[in-house]
Amino acid sequence: MTALELRGVGRQFGALRAVDDVDLTVAAGTRHGLIGPNGAGKSTLFKLIAGTLRVSAGSVLLAGRDVTGLRESQRARLGISQTLQHSSLFLPLSVQQNVLLAAQRRHGNPGSLWPRRQAAARDRMGELLAAVGLSTRRSAPAGDLSHGERRQLEIAVALACEPSLLLLDEPAAGMSPAEGDRLVELVQALPREVTVLIVEHDLDVVFRVAESVTVLHLGQVLLTGSPSQVRESASVREAYLGTADRAELFVQGGPG
Amino acid sequence: MSTPADAETVTTRTRPVGAAIGLLVVVGLALVPLFVAPYETTIIGRILIFALLAVSLDLLVGITGLPSLGHAAYFGIGAYTAGWLTINVTAEAPIPLLAAAGAGALAAAATGWLAVRSGGIFFLMLTLAIGELIFQLAQSWESVTGGSNGLYGIPAVQLAGSPLVLAGLRYWYVLAVFLIGYAVLRLVSASPFGAVLRGIRDNEPRMRSLGYSPFRYKLVAFVLAGAVAGLAGGLLTAQQRLVTTADLGFTTAALALLAVVIGGAGTLWGPCLGAALVVLIRDALGPRLDGHGPLVLGLVFILTVYLLPRGFAGLAGLRFRRRPAEPA
Repeated sequence: MTALELRGVGRQFGALRAVDDVDLTVAAGTRHGLIGPNGAGKSTLFKLIAGTLRVSAGSVLLAGRDVTGLRESQRARLGISQTLQHSSLFLPLSVQQNVLLAAQRRHGNPGSLWPRRQAAARDRMGELLAAVGLSTRRSAPAGDLSHGERRQLEIAVALACEPSLLLLDEPAAGMSPAEGDRLVELVQALPREVTVLIVEHDLDVVFRVAESVTVLHLGQVLLTGSPSQVRESASVREAYLGTADRAELFVQGGPG
Repeated sequence: MSTPADAETVTTRTRPVGAAIGLLVVVGLALVPLFVAPYETTIIGRILIFALLAVSLDLLVGITGLPSLGHAAYFGIGAYTAGWLTINVTAEAPIPLLAAAGAGALAAAATGWLAVRSGGIFFLMLTLAIGELIFQLAQSWESVTGGSNGLYGIPAVQLAGSPLVLAGLRYWYVLAVFLIGYAVLRLVSASPFGAVLRGIRDNEPRMRSLGYSPFRYKLVAFVLAGAVAGLAGGLLTAQQRLVTTADLGFTTAALALLAVVIGGAGTLWGPCLGAALVVLIRDALGPRLDGHGPLVLGLVFILTVYLLPRGFAGLAGLRFRRRPAEPA
């Protein structure tokens, strides 16, 4: 059972092929890492999966269903949820209102014109805020949060959609090491019904979370394999560093 | 039973202080005809009508983030509908009003599906164009609207068969309908739907990625605002028993937007204060200043924008704003 399948997906901006003929299969319930140097097309690929951008070529299948022609909101209702590289929150609204907006679509009555308590959505909101460590900040406007806290709130908002496929775009960027650890634990603790696709610059985080990793380079798939295969690959080092034998790229989790 | 989560809902919070002030204001407004002369009572009635228009506009401007310059169109359509019905069909109380609200909603639905596809300055220009279009229609459709003469000779509204001729009775009628209209918008603003509207206002792309279709919500908000504006128009007909094209023209639309901004967009009660100021300056102060009311309004607007960027409501915000770190 595949959660996500990309078939020959491409996206051009003028003459630039930001994403070029990418095939990718992510099995349901796995944690899949997507890495690559700056400009490799990782964020663009995420937007193509989420439907923020339309593909120029190829097709996107979600759990076997072709969603290429669907809008972003329709794909979200089918179970895609994402955190964005640059936090995208409702800054004037409080932390809990941010999560509740996402939670009430699945657990509440978003179309109700009459005030409601939406107990189920509230309970879920409380759980998620506790899980990301923002329980004490629930009344603060999102705009008052620190950068790291905003990243945590992003994750709570994305999870409140109860996704079957969670796209995390550099979730650890700007987080302290302790916050990064907490993020890793959070992702590891997610139920297996949630498939996770994670783009991250901190390769240590990726290798701790992901069971399989795809390396993207210049918009194309360079390699897909287990974390250890990727670590040992000479072509990956070359893509990152320009040469095959420069210093240790994967200091933290190097082989042996 | 009260958990921390209860203390703050996704909706606008009603604090005890606010509720007490609100109750006092309602009681005070209800007592007006007993203590105030008929002319002044009529002015306050006009304020209430204009305030209802401004509050309905605030649902778009302050809560959904859609600044409209054509909102008077639905107000005027409601007024003409109520006027025409009162003359030709019945003056019996709720019927002209309900028809006015219905006509406002229909007109908003017919034009809104186009307007709400845009946002920001484009929405402003589109609503301006729609407003002008409807204004021209009212000018030229003389058999129904009376053209530039207006629709006059409208009989007094009847309540259970007896016409409301006395200024005081008419005022209470206006007040009751105002309170109903205001309550409806307050409830909508406090509902999960209202929360979605605020989400759209603050970050529409994010709402899409959360699985919402902003278009549907914006359209429903637009139709609701049109219905309440139509209701206010129906009240106008009951109060002044005359409808002219000026009531759905650009000036009325601009003054309504002015009232929202001066009062404090997004608060619903702020625009009521803004409406009071606008009507007082235009109708009460204006004649004494040789018709220079608009000039005073302009000055007030400039001062408000500079001194109170969040309108009158911002003043209350300074006093009541919570510390961000304070637990709920």
